[in-house]
Amino acid sequence: MTLHTEPVTVNIGPHHPSTHGVFRMRVTFDGENILDVEPVIGYLHRGTEKLAEERQYTQVITLTDRLDYVASMTNNQAYVLSCERLLGIDPPVRGMYLRVIAAELQRIVSHLVATGFFMQDLGAFATPLMYAMRERERILDLFEMLCGARITVSYMRIGGVFQDTPEEFWPALGRLLEELPGYVDELEGLISANEIVLTRTKGVSIIPAELAINASLTGPMLRASGVAWDLRKAAPYDVYDRLSFEMPLGEHGDNYDRYLVRIREIRESIKLVQQCVEQIEPGAVRATTAMLFRPPPGEAYVPIEAPKGELGFYLVSDGSIAPYRMHIRAPSFVNLSVLREMMVGWKLADAIVSLGSIDFNMGEVDR
Amino acid sequence: METQLPERNVLYGWVYDAVKDRLGDDWAWLAYALGAITVIMVAVNAFLLLGTLFTWIERKLVGRFQARVGPNRAGPFGLLQPIADAVKLLFKEDIIPRRADRLVFNVAPIVMLAPSLMALAVIPFGDRTFVADLNVAVLYVVAMSGLASLAVLMAGYSSANKLALFGSMRAVAMLVSYEIPLVMSILGVTILAGSMSMVAIVEAQTIPYILVSPIGVLVFLVAISAELNRPPFDVTEAESELVAGYLTEYSGMKFGVFYLAEFANVLLAGAIFTVLFLDGWEWAILPSHVWFLLKVMTFAFMASWVRATVPRLRLDQILEFAWKFLFPLSLLNVILLAAEVIIWPEPSAGDLLLMAAINWIGAIAAIPVMARIVSLSSKPVGLIAPEVR
Amino acid sequence: MTATITGQRLGAEVSSHFPEAVVDVSDGAVWLQPASIAGVCAYLRDDESHQFALLSSVTAVDYVDHFEVVYRLTSIVNNTSTVLKVRLPGREDPALPSVAGVWLGANLQEREIYDLMGVRFEGHPNLKRILTWEGFEGHPLRRDYLEPPLPYTWPHGG
Repeated sequence: MTLHTEPVTVNIGPHHPSTHGVFRMRVTFDGENILDVEPVIGYLHRGTEKLAEERQYTQVITLTDRLDYVASMTNNQAYVLSCERLLGIDPPVRGMYLRVIAAELQRIVSHLVATGFFMQDLGAFATPLMYAMRERERILDLFEMLCGARITVSYMRIGGVFQDTPEEFWPALGRLLEELPGYVDELEGLISANEIVLTRTKGVSIIPAELAINASLTGPMLRASGVAWDLRKAAPYDVYDRLSFEMPLGEHGDNYDRYLVRIREIRESIKLVQQCVEQIEPGAVRATTAMLFRPPPGEAYVPIEAPKGELGFYLVSDGSIAPYRMHIRAPSFVNLSVLREMMVGWKLADAIVSLGSIDFNMGEVDR
Repeated sequence: METQLPERNVLYGWVYDAVKDRLGDDWAWLAYALGAITVIMVAVNAFLLLGTLFTWIERKLVGRFQARVGPNRAGPFGLLQPIADAVKLLFKEDIIPRRADRLVFNVAPIVMLAPSLMALAVIPFGDRTFVADLNVAVLYVVAMSGLASLAVLMAGYSSANKLALFGSMRAVAMLVSYEIPLVMSILGVTILAGSMSMVAIVEAQTIPYILVSPIGVLVFLVAISAELNRPPFDVTEAESELVAGYLTEYSGMKFGVFYLAEFANVLLAGAIFTVLFLDGWEWAILPSHVWFLLKVMTFAFMASWVRATVPRLRLDQILEFAWKFLFPLSLLNVILLAAEVIIWPEPSAGDLLLMAAINWIGAIAAIPVMARIVSLSSKPVGLIAPEVR
Repeated sequence: MTATITGQRLGAEVSSHFPEAVVDVSDGAVWLQPASIAGVCAYLRDDESHQFALLSSVTAVDYVDHFEVVYRLTSIVNNTSTVLKVRLPGREDPALPSVAGVWLGANLQEREIYDLMGVRFEGHPNLKRILTWEGFEGHPLRRDYLEPPLPYTWPHGG
């Protein structure tokens, strides 16, 4: 007796407890095996690019906060760098060091969130998530000292940063840098050698290096597949050319490697912040600039290494006070190109975990 | 008519004698009924209340494991939190999907909770404290635990929801697969004790069987976690996967009954574990009921601990684990114990120690070897029809 | 430091392999004929001396009398980057071949350009709207886009 079966198409999302934002997938599967995946996005589209055409260059900074809302500092940094290229402004050195400190702290936050929610998707019932959030709270307190806001910071300005650091910032930062490596070791010890994590993530959703490059992947996803490409080393911006750090690489490009690359990058970020703290000197934090920017007609694009990949703002100016066109090259959006190739052939339970390992953020995907 | 029980429950005896003395022999049936009702009320209420208390314990424990406090608003230390939850669930609207099979839908929660209460009847909570002392108690308990899978199937099937049915099918596959290792490990204990009566098993444990039969203990712990849908086997309640599995369409107190049954089952499993492996109520100094409660709470603590720590396995890995690893291991356990009991029938404490030594050596030898033979795979089934668009 | 290949140098190398393809060059970019874009991209991806295997981004700009599609290519192996542009005159139904067959990463980005700007990509495997919903009319990011007067209703489906 042959059993008649047919594949079934199910919606996962847009509204589901796996907290990656409003993301919907139409999955066709046969039993538990996935046959086809189609991402459906656009639930968080706010028209940021259109809005930017009606705002002055400085006002757009607040729009950029809300793109990747988990990592606002780096959004600001990418935009501000493109503006400075367009306008020909050089920020002072102390401003650049503060930008790097803020960006690296933000990278730690983003990777902690990614790891915590990755474990949540694996079913670890929020325990690693709570540990990661505990560390994130300390860094968000530092951001509050810097600029008054925790999530949507708007800390950076065209020509530097918003304001110099208050006195309580440096001791708090020192304490954090002393204690954070221990906590990261604790978190990694809970996860990396865990039998169940290894069984569920090793060898799952492998992305080989050629596919990764062809799919325009950047950031930890690309490095997990073994491609040594990091914009902080390949095209240094701000003061990254004076700092030294390593680039953790994965071997196979499976879910486990993506998680491992992120945890190791947290350690590298801690080292970078320590170097900045040693090298920073007193001085101005912001270049004296005009109140209203009227750049000459032209275009600029300075990509940075955001926690999720290559983030860049393509700005076209026609000489007026607002950008003529702003295009956001969002890493999460481009990283989703590889979704079908990652998931077909695996099981439903793996689909959720693989989504978590991509670490995308709907604010960026939809803009 | 009056039934002669091998040993009588103290409370039952007290009520029975009191009523009989007052009213005379013609009212023996009333004495029986009143005695039975008293015992049942005490047992069932204690069980359900302890179940709700366990929800509070678990939430506090898991909170502490996660570097946070847990419920602390509803009453002192959050102790009224379960009451608050129960009241909330009572006030919720009872939604039944239009196309659901109403009878089965309504009965499923009852079928989930009733077997736990019925299994309670044979468990001795202390010295001469039990509802009944069946001499096939182990068989009865195993049969009751099998009914839980029926409830899951009923819930998923009657929900008229594709995903709920899907979830319940996965749950039933898992529950059925883990019944066999569970029964085999209990069988090991029965062989050792020479009897299926719970009271007799406790009395036969001059050395607690946790020491004598390590493979049995390990298999039992793993299998009972799967039967209870606790992590790492909680695919049925995997929120991050198919919404809520077989419980999706339930709301209000029906959901509350499922929820309570799940937590109360943990305590029931703890009670069974205590009786079978931890020497029931016996120890020195403290009264027997207190010991029993302490031992059950130890099991409950470990269950919460494991829940807060481990992620979950994928369903096919769970099934693979049951059939390829636990089942052969439990078979090995039974063969080993049977051989030992043939050599030493009616084992005394010294014989038990000797058996324990043999079993431990066997466990340390067998488990790594089995683990190497069966390594859980995470390979894909193969790229199936990648051209499907 | 990533070396930017100037438009002049790239234009010279491209026109040696694809005569007629290069329309214009400048310091920052090379303008190509719309029809030749797919061939040139495949050549730039595979050729030994260029190896532009990473497509950083594809985007479009609406200059009122023409559309311009901008491709940023990066070579990981050589650590170089360059910019290709395609000019599509007029506003009625701009169209050009898709490079989704050359780089998988162009798939979603070209859908976004179609959705928001209205530029059609021929040969794209799944050219549907991505950020707006099915049944949405108009292309929001165009300079002359005006939101229809309220109330407008959501379509069925999608």
